[in-house]
Amino acid sequence: MTHHHPDHDHDHDHGSDLSPVEARVRALESLLVEKGYVEPAALDALIEMYETKVGPHLGARVVARAWVDPAYRARLLAEATPAIGELGIGGRGGEHMVVVENTPDTHNMVVCTLCSCYPWPVLGLPPVWYKAPPYRARAVSDPRGVLAEFGVSLPETTRITVWDSTAETRFMVLPLRPAGTEGLSEEALAALVTRDAMIGTGLPLSPGSGEIRP
Amino acid sequence: MSAPQPQGPFAAPWEAQVFALVVSLQEAGLFTWGEWAQALGETIRPEEGEQAADYGRWLSTLERLLAQRGVADAGSVEARTAAWLRAAHATPHGQPIRLENDPGHHAHPSLRA
Repeated sequence: MTHHHPDHDHDHDHGSDLSPVEARVRALESLLVEKGYVEPAALDALIEMYETKVGPHLGARVVARAWVDPAYRARLLAEATPAIGELGIGGRGGEHMVVVENTPDTHNMVVCTLCSCYPWPVLGLPPVWYKAPPYRARAVSDPRGVLAEFGVSLPETTRITVWDSTAETRFMVLPLRPAGTEGLSEEALAALVTRDAMIGTGLPLSPGSGEIRP
Repeated sequence: MSAPQPQGPFAAPWEAQVFALVVSLQEAGLFTWGEWAQALGETIRPEEGEQAADYGRWLSTLERLLAQRGVADAGSVEARTAAWLRAAHATPHGQPIRLENDPGHHAHPSLRA
């Protein structure tokens, strides 16, 4: 059939476009639905959840709570999964969480050298650079160089520890609480905690840096 | 900068679809996360640089696992992909693309849209 689009400047006058990769994904999905392995409504719900509900704002709540509540911090470092669960956060990809704490002497960084294992419940889905081979290789071989590229320079005396996430164990960094935040509420503190600070490729924002979310 | 919107995790709708398929199949018990991570690690080749990080690697890993587990072989995936491309071609621009729009659809009475 032929369809004309007088109002549009199309260079063809037939049909719709589906890229090869889009067609392959539709092929897999339609086959899997027919065979009863997946349900379209469940797929849509999953996508909506990761597009709108799960993200680093959840990990930031965990960090802020640990900053203001020493007992919570102790529970978080001792056994992260239930401590995170106390805030109503958990689920797939976070069944066995380990939280590693930055100190004035030690900076922690998280990588998945095998593929892209990442603590979804607290950070959402990983950024592209986390999944890319350059980061996965260099986080281990040259962590200080990687940090420099992220704009983080640490004193020479600071020890850098790199943690390799797996499908079973996923790490999150508890960053140091920034100076000058003594009077801030837990909510205001959470607004300072960036995704990269919880991966260890960044540091929390400073108060008044203009990045504070309402 | 105030109230930054969280950047979406997917660059395109198909990436989200692949992600959702993999999560659903893992939860349906077709493979464990350990098996998935192992297979994904084998698919990603370091020399591909940043490109290796997109969901295209998830797609090819998923196809390989589905073939290995006897769920969908390469031939049936190819045939169904071709059917979707024909369906798109036959669908007026701006309307939803449905598999039954494939002019060859009647040749596959078992297909459901």
